[in-house]
Amino acid sequence: MIFKSILVERNEEGIKKETLEMPDCFADLNLDQIIDAITAGRQEYDLKPLFYTALNDIDTIKYRHEIFQDLENETLFEGISAFAQEMRTVRSHLSLIEKLHYKFHREGWFLATVDIYCDAVNGLVHDLTRVDLKSRGFSAFREYLTEYASSGPFTSLQMETKRLKAGLATVKYCLIIKGDGVKVRKYEAEIDYSPEVEKTFEKFKQGAVKDYRAKLSTGSGMNHVGAQILDYVAKLHPDLFSDLDDYCVKNGNFPDETISRFDREIQFYMAYLGHVAALKRKGLKFCYPQMSDTSKEIHDDEGFDLALAHILRAKGSFVVCNDFYLKDKERILVVSGPNQGGKTTFARTFGQLHYLAALGCPVPGREARLFLCDRIFTHFEKEEDIQNLRGKLQDDMVRIHHILDQASPNSIIIMNEIFTSTTLKDAVSLGKRILGQIMRLDLLCVCVTFIEEWASLSDQTVSMVSTVFPENPALRTYKIVRRSADGLSYAISIAEKYRLTYDCLKERIKS
Amino acid sequence: MKAFLMHRDRDFDLQQKLPPNGQALTQDLELNTLFNAMALGDPFLFEAAKKAVLCGLNDPEAIRYRQGILKDCLKHPLIVRDIYDISLESLESKKKSWYGLYSQWPSSILYNAVHILEMSVRELKKLRKIADDHADQFESEGLAAFFAMLRRELGDEFFDSVQDHLRELKFREGVLISAELGKGNEGTGYILCKPPGDHRSWMKRIFAKKPTVYAFHIAERDDSGMRTLSELKDTGINLVANALAKSADHIESFFTLLRAELAFYIGCLNLHGRLAQLGEPISFPLPLASRERRHDFRGLYDVCLALTMKQKIVGNDVGADNKDLVMITGANQGGKSTFLRGIGLAQLMMQCGLFVPAESFSSNVCEGLFTHYKREEDATMKSGKLDEELGRMSDIADRITSNSMILFNESFAATNEREGSEIARQIVCALLEKGIKVFFVTHLYEFARGFNDRKMGNAIFLRAERQTDGGRTFKLFEGEPLQTSYGEDLYRKIFGTEK
Repeated sequence: MIFKSILVERNEEGIKKETLEMPDCFADLNLDQIIDAITAGRQEYDLKPLFYTALNDIDTIKYRHEIFQDLENETLFEGISAFAQEMRTVRSHLSLIEKLHYKFHREGWFLATVDIYCDAVNGLVHDLTRVDLKSRGFSAFREYLTEYASSGPFTSLQMETKRLKAGLATVKYCLIIKGDGVKVRKYEAEIDYSPEVEKTFEKFKQGAVKDYRAKLSTGSGMNHVGAQILDYVAKLHPDLFSDLDDYCVKNGNFPDETISRFDREIQFYMAYLGHVAALKRKGLKFCYPQMSDTSKEIHDDEGFDLALAHILRAKGSFVVCNDFYLKDKERILVVSGPNQGGKTTFARTFGQLHYLAALGCPVPGREARLFLCDRIFTHFEKEEDIQNLRGKLQDDMVRIHHILDQASPNSIIIMNEIFTSTTLKDAVSLGKRILGQIMRLDLLCVCVTFIEEWASLSDQTVSMVSTVFPENPALRTYKIVRRSADGLSYAISIAEKYRLTYDCLKERIKS
Repeated sequence: MKAFLMHRDRDFDLQQKLPPNGQALTQDLELNTLFNAMALGDPFLFEAAKKAVLCGLNDPEAIRYRQGILKDCLKHPLIVRDIYDISLESLESKKKSWYGLYSQWPSSILYNAVHILEMSVRELKKLRKIADDHADQFESEGLAAFFAMLRRELGDEFFDSVQDHLRELKFREGVLISAELGKGNEGTGYILCKPPGDHRSWMKRIFAKKPTVYAFHIAERDDSGMRTLSELKDTGINLVANALAKSADHIESFFTLLRAELAFYIGCLNLHGRLAQLGEPISFPLPLASRERRHDFRGLYDVCLALTMKQKIVGNDVGADNKDLVMITGANQGGKSTFLRGIGLAQLMMQCGLFVPAESFSSNVCEGLFTHYKREEDATMKSGKLDEELGRMSDIADRITSNSMILFNESFAATNEREGSEIARQIVCALLEKGIKVFFVTHLYEFARGFNDRKMGNAIFLRAERQTDGGRTFKLFEGEPLQTSYGEDLYRKIFGTEK
């Protein structure tokens, strides 16, 4: 098998193009914050387009899961990190060389850069062979890389690099500076002066004294004086420097294109895992969801809002996890209950889970089975926009109409507080119509609302409610539970306290 | 180079911490009076005296080593003061030009270091001359070794090689720097080299191949070029400048050490001068090992009282060999406290190598000297007076060891006599069994009487003498504890004679 990309197995059937535009649902689902956090510090890789491009086949998702799972091996993760660091250095050196003026200076940096590149390649080969790789992607890449590293061009590049480096390391010369004059000649075993001085006064030493070494700038760079000296040093070693000339002319084209591409694309995984690791340390769970593009029976245990978790982690507080499931004909989660109880967060979590799953990433939760959707549509409350000259209700209608036009049975729709700017009666009936259309499409939907009537429209709808602490109903638990929306969440809480809820009673009453 | 004037084999550490009981000793024995007499207003001498006295020696041999040096110093005070002054001058002149060493440019660090070293060399030469002129006049092991060390280390060869370096480092022939190629072929590893002395024969020199040398000049008005050149030079001489500046510091540290080692003896000379003015006798004590029990002296006086009153005072004679307990009772203001302080002072002075304020004095050294004196009422009201006393005793108990010595002055009297006596009895019995020498000044009659009745062979009882006319001689003599302590005397003195 020929290795093409670590992101997709067969390039031509996988992502042909990276999506440069952020998908519409990102802002509402806070996916923009998540991707910002994930890609922070890795701007040079331009990773966002990779996160904007969801997959549409289950096999590629599995291809990525395998790679993620391989990378959970610390040895491999560290190996890749080290390789990435060296490749970063290679790139920054190459861009530095562009700016240099003096030939031998440029050539010296070029040699150093190739040397790092060779080390990076060899190091990666070594690390990949140390690890038991299970993924198709890494196996294919290892095969490619091993072959590359033992190929004639690479080995001779490496040998010549080492030879020149060793040669230049032996160059030692003397400068004699007097007034404005400089003399350059070969080093002839002159004696280092400072030990002589130390020896003379050693006898007075009573203990450690201050270090008077000046902190002189060691910034790299060379001006005309340095270049002039270097030219003369080159003249003192003519053969060595003419070899260096030839070498630079011959080896203009590196690094290898496939390796460069790997270096960028693997960062998709590294970035995501790096982000996940910090949250895992806080005890949050991630899992590889079972994906289906046919069954809409889905569930996620102990899921959470990845964006919120990131913010709360920084503050040192913890995030509340929630479960959900849909079975049989169930398609629509209608979420109601006290405000500020985590309803919107729950809706976002649902959307994030499906989007991240469609990227082939591990998702928040202990265990999950999710649906591979073609698109995620969001309908969140918007500020009134003076530009569109429509009323808020009208705007809601226009937007949902637009969504329903585009949606397929394989889409997901997430609605947050639709029709809030009309009478309850209007809202109830308008909602019924919209939900009716959604039910006909048989697509997966989350609908956050205060209108409890929607929760029991048919056997496709499932009611979930946000909850409060029974002892103090003003405190929210941020738990969203599957329960009928009878406007009694407060009463239920108290019942819970006395273990007199329906479920409790069922358990308590022995048959 | 070590002076080894305070210890035979190690430096005198002026930074050493005072023992935990140092504060109490200073207060109870009025040590600051002694230190002031030694320092004559010089804080450095004060510090040295304080460290030497409070961190005394436990080894009689080490004490004799200092006694020997001190005897030499007393014989040749001017030479010793000359050496001390040289160390002072050197430190002063370094202080005046130290700031150059804090430059960020190696070239100016180097320039200043050369300057300072030239001055230091002049002072070192003076030291050498003193050693040459006077070494044979000193008899003590310590000073003989010191002068021999000066003549050995500060030989002509040393001065020659220093002159060479100082001349070379002015770079009349230019700066010779070796370098290597680092990353990107940039020069690195700049190291100043010693120009090769050419040891080849003239034949070889003539026929040797001349090395290829390329030369260029920085163009006129090329400021950035000149700057680069001086940066190169700075980089090259960085290590040498460092080495030289450090060397200047090393010489300074030698003079600092010399000053510290001599400061104690200068203090002794000062004290000797003061006591000679008062006509008070001094003598070199005979220290014995700590396991022995010896306290035998004639004419022992409280040196601090003499210094304070600026007059000759009455001394005491006691023979307390083989005694572990010395119990002192008797008249108020009969000289008991003065006596006790005299005991403590003499012990400290002996153990730091000083002479003692007595016509003759011999005692065993103690591993630690502790004082437990009655104190003023605790101003913080934190605890009751007896609480406070017992707290201090507990602190002492944490630290005291066998073959130590402890001085009690009216301790445990903050309660009624019976209780106080019982407390004191239990404490003292324990201390004695642990092999600790106890001096106890007390009015606790029951307590004193109790020990007296036991007829112990290792206890001696002294009493402040009361003359029949009610006046005091400030002299103690051997005698049993008596029931009254002449409080009436005092009352009468203050309230006038009753009619």
